[in-house]
Amino acid sequence: MVGKVMNKEKGKYLIEGEKGKWEVVIGLEVHAQVSSNSKLFSGSSTKFGADPNTQVSLVDSAFPGMLPVINEFCVQQAIKTGLGLNAKINSYSVFDRKNYFYADLPQGYQISQYKNPIVGEGKITLDLPSGTKTIGIERLHLEQDAGKSIHDLDPSNTYVDLNRSGVALMEIVSKPDLSSPDEVNAYIKKLRSIMRYLGTCDGNMQEGSLRADVNVSVRKEGNKELGTRCEIKNVNSIKFMQMAIIYEAQRQVELLESGKSIDQETRLFDTKKNETRSMRSKEDAHDYRYFPDPDLLPLNLNKELIENIKKNLPELPDQKKERFINNYSLTAYEANVLVSEKEISDYFEEVVKTSDIKLAKNWIMGDLFASLNEKNISISQSRVTAKKMSQLIDSISSGVISGRTAKEVFEIMKESGEEPDKIIESKGLQQKSDPKELEKIIEKILTDNKDKVEQYKSGKDKLFGFFVGQVMKISGGKANPQLVNQILKDKLKK
Amino acid sequence: MADLTKKSLTEIVSLIKKKEIKSEEVTNLFIKNIENDKKLNSFITNSNEHAVKKAKNFDKNPKFDTLLPGIPIAVKDLFCTKGVKTTAGSKMLDNFIPNYESTITKNLWNEGAFLLGKLNCDEYAMGSSNETSFFGNVMNPVAENTVPGGSSGGSASALAADLTPTTIGTDTGGSIRQPASFTGTVGLKPTYGLCSRWGIVAFASSLDQAGPMTKTVEDCALMLEAMAGFDEKDSTSINKKKENYSKNLTSNIKGLKIGIPKEYRVDGMPKEIDKLWENGKKILKESGAEIIDISLPNTKYALPTYYIVAPAEASSNLARYDGVKYGFRSNKGTNLIEMYENTRSEGFGDEVKRRILIGTYVLSSGYYDAYYIKAQKVRQLIKSDFDESFKKVDAILTPSTPSAAFKIGEKKNDPISMYLNDIFTVPVNLAGIPAISIPAGTDNNNYPLGLQLIGKTLDEQKLLNIAFATEKKINFKQNLNRWWEK
Repeated sequence: MVGKVMNKEKGKYLIEGEKGKWEVVIGLEVHAQVSSNSKLFSGSSTKFGADPNTQVSLVDSAFPGMLPVINEFCVQQAIKTGLGLNAKINSYSVFDRKNYFYADLPQGYQISQYKNPIVGEGKITLDLPSGTKTIGIERLHLEQDAGKSIHDLDPSNTYVDLNRSGVALMEIVSKPDLSSPDEVNAYIKKLRSIMRYLGTCDGNMQEGSLRADVNVSVRKEGNKELGTRCEIKNVNSIKFMQMAIIYEAQRQVELLESGKSIDQETRLFDTKKNETRSMRSKEDAHDYRYFPDPDLLPLNLNKELIENIKKNLPELPDQKKERFINNYSLTAYEANVLVSEKEISDYFEEVVKTSDIKLAKNWIMGDLFASLNEKNISISQSRVTAKKMSQLIDSISSGVISGRTAKEVFEIMKESGEEPDKIIESKGLQQKSDPKELEKIIEKILTDNKDKVEQYKSGKDKLFGFFVGQVMKISGGKANPQLVNQILKDKLKK
Repeated sequence: MADLTKKSLTEIVSLIKKKEIKSEEVTNLFIKNIENDKKLNSFITNSNEHAVKKAKNFDKNPKFDTLLPGIPIAVKDLFCTKGVKTTAGSKMLDNFIPNYESTITKNLWNEGAFLLGKLNCDEYAMGSSNETSFFGNVMNPVAENTVPGGSSGGSASALAADLTPTTIGTDTGGSIRQPASFTGTVGLKPTYGLCSRWGIVAFASSLDQAGPMTKTVEDCALMLEAMAGFDEKDSTSINKKKENYSKNLTSNIKGLKIGIPKEYRVDGMPKEIDKLWENGKKILKESGAEIIDISLPNTKYALPTYYIVAPAEASSNLARYDGVKYGFRSNKGTNLIEMYENTRSEGFGDEVKRRILIGTYVLSSGYYDAYYIKAQKVRQLIKSDFDESFKKVDAILTPSTPSAAFKIGEKKNDPISMYLNDIFTVPVNLAGIPAISIPAGTDNNNYPLGLQLIGKTLDEQKLLNIAFATEKKINFKQNLNRWWEK
């Protein structure tokens, strides 16, 4: 049996085989749908979830004599993404035809970029428990999506939906720099976050806006040479990517340890059986007969366009993280969590505009995140808006309610979306913060418990908690704790 | 006006504008001629009713400020026409009725013309004799059992036989100029990008170009004016201002320099062709032009280059005809792959299959660099040859074809000899420059022969002017015994 070990100090993911330890080498080809209202080479809508074949133009369905015309917005989106990946933008790029027959590929070829992609080498920095790691980007190119073949609607026929046909995708190819399922998780999340910050891809994996082909190989620990890789096609969730990698790496280790070799091949991940299986071998690999599409001129980007896009780039996660650390005195970990999604960072910034930073980060990363997880919703779907969160925090800071009462208020807010002030008001949750009123209560308690006061004064410090408890009991939990502490200390000294 | 159908387009337009004849009369006269098309087989689809209706509409509410007021025009069946079957000469599209109109035909209709019918052509425009059409051979009005050339063979035949006052074709390697030459008519292949390719069934995208086929150079200028123009739906369309080719047409070509490329004198070329060429030079000299010997050294590589580039693009362009979405689908086969195989085996003819195979081969991994990339490099050299020459000359004079029309079946089983027909026309497509073929004489059989004038990029006006001057002096007279009407 082979098992995996995680060397925590080095953050290294290793597979312990019978004959030694193995490293996993992973490269990803992510297909990210470009956020754009219309397709890459036609004016058809790209809206998700429309009835089959209702968003198909003559170009998308490859009628005779139809010609592609490049959607300039998609080109700008690709440039933007390239800049977000710290990558080189190629001023000259070419659209090629990738030729193969399939029922959901109306042209009989996919328009893609082969030798001359629009974006060259770049990099992504990952924040891992073991520190930061830079993952190289090989290239980014634009291409058309195919349609969808539906095989399970009818026992003997296949149905074809061309709504996706021609939708713009960015294929983002990483270098084989990833070495564990956790790094893959971090890479996809970071890439997704960058694109969402940029507004170039919504990153919605359920709707297929982000899919990946996963290249996996293994090698003996410390070995510098790359092993033979297998490509696992079209995996559409991070969880499945991780499962596929774990399975595939183990499979390869077992094969190699039993003296067999790895066939370079394309494999599919069966999510039900949790295994990868061969789709086609290298010998059966398609000869795509790439050649420049004669219907399209090469893309010549002028420097001004690129500079202009660069100038107008929004703040990206890495920059925002730095700023959060510096401006809000957050730890690197806190900053990371808060910038991971643009919506979260926006939420945080709106709250701290008026409210206490420390309380804000604790409340957002604590109770709010817990409620989002519980309801499986995003921060923008939460009924507790940033404005309401601010109000809640402010009422803590100003002593209107205690932190404990605030939790009670939050529980109501997250369900009803009611304003905290109204909840506090209607339920009468305001703290007793009048020193005179509290003094009265405290004096009565001290008088009633003279024996305990004596014991305290003779050194039994723990009794302090008893007195606080009594105050809270009498005040119905509404006494301002700080004030109670202060008055008690004063009175017990005398 | 019995001879009206023999008149030039320009004359008919003028008669209509002067209200001496109605569009409906014109239309009916051509429809009457089309009744005799049986032996020629130049039409695939007649649009008689549509044409008469359009003509009547025109006469009811005539607009004379257009270029082609009330003119019926039959077009090559490679142009998609809304609501009218468009076959590309193939079984594959035998049942295909587009719901859209090609930019070029739309431009014609916007100038007052209307559709008279769809004309036969080689299957997917692949051929030089119109013998590859699924809808049968087309005969040349010049002589029975003689080919009209190809691929725009139906267009050339119908025009020469007075079945349409003008027509349009497409030219990928000579498909307008060679049939024009074979039928004693005028054919122009414009600069690549001058006429939109949108809505034309594609053969080889980087070479395909639509152009006019007419009885006179003046007609040609008029038609080009109506056809040409920027189209944002075609990414290779040239964005430039429209030109008034017909208004600016002049036969004054004094001082222009005409190049004579020595490489176009090929072995075994008939003496008549040589004589024709010499006569052309003489006439141009008489018109005040200067004749200059030039060299286009890479000419000999043009044909092999063409037969790599064109099939490569075709093999990809024709992948869409797979039986899935429209057109012919074989009912044999039990799975997708078998459906593809049977559909494409039954739907395509031999010449189309040959070119798909060649194209697939030259693009295959391991052969791509040796064939396709090499061919692209040679293509650049051929273009540079022309660029160099045009530093010295305004236009180049060559024969249009190495022979006159040949007999049906004569070359059908010898593809190489068939391909050699395009030896003088192909370099122009590879370079993307314009060229016109005008009738210039006859061979021993009294079959027409054409001369080709080649111009530089977007220099159509000058090309037309030189052709206009040459045409006047040559004074070619079409002399047909109208055998097909008997």
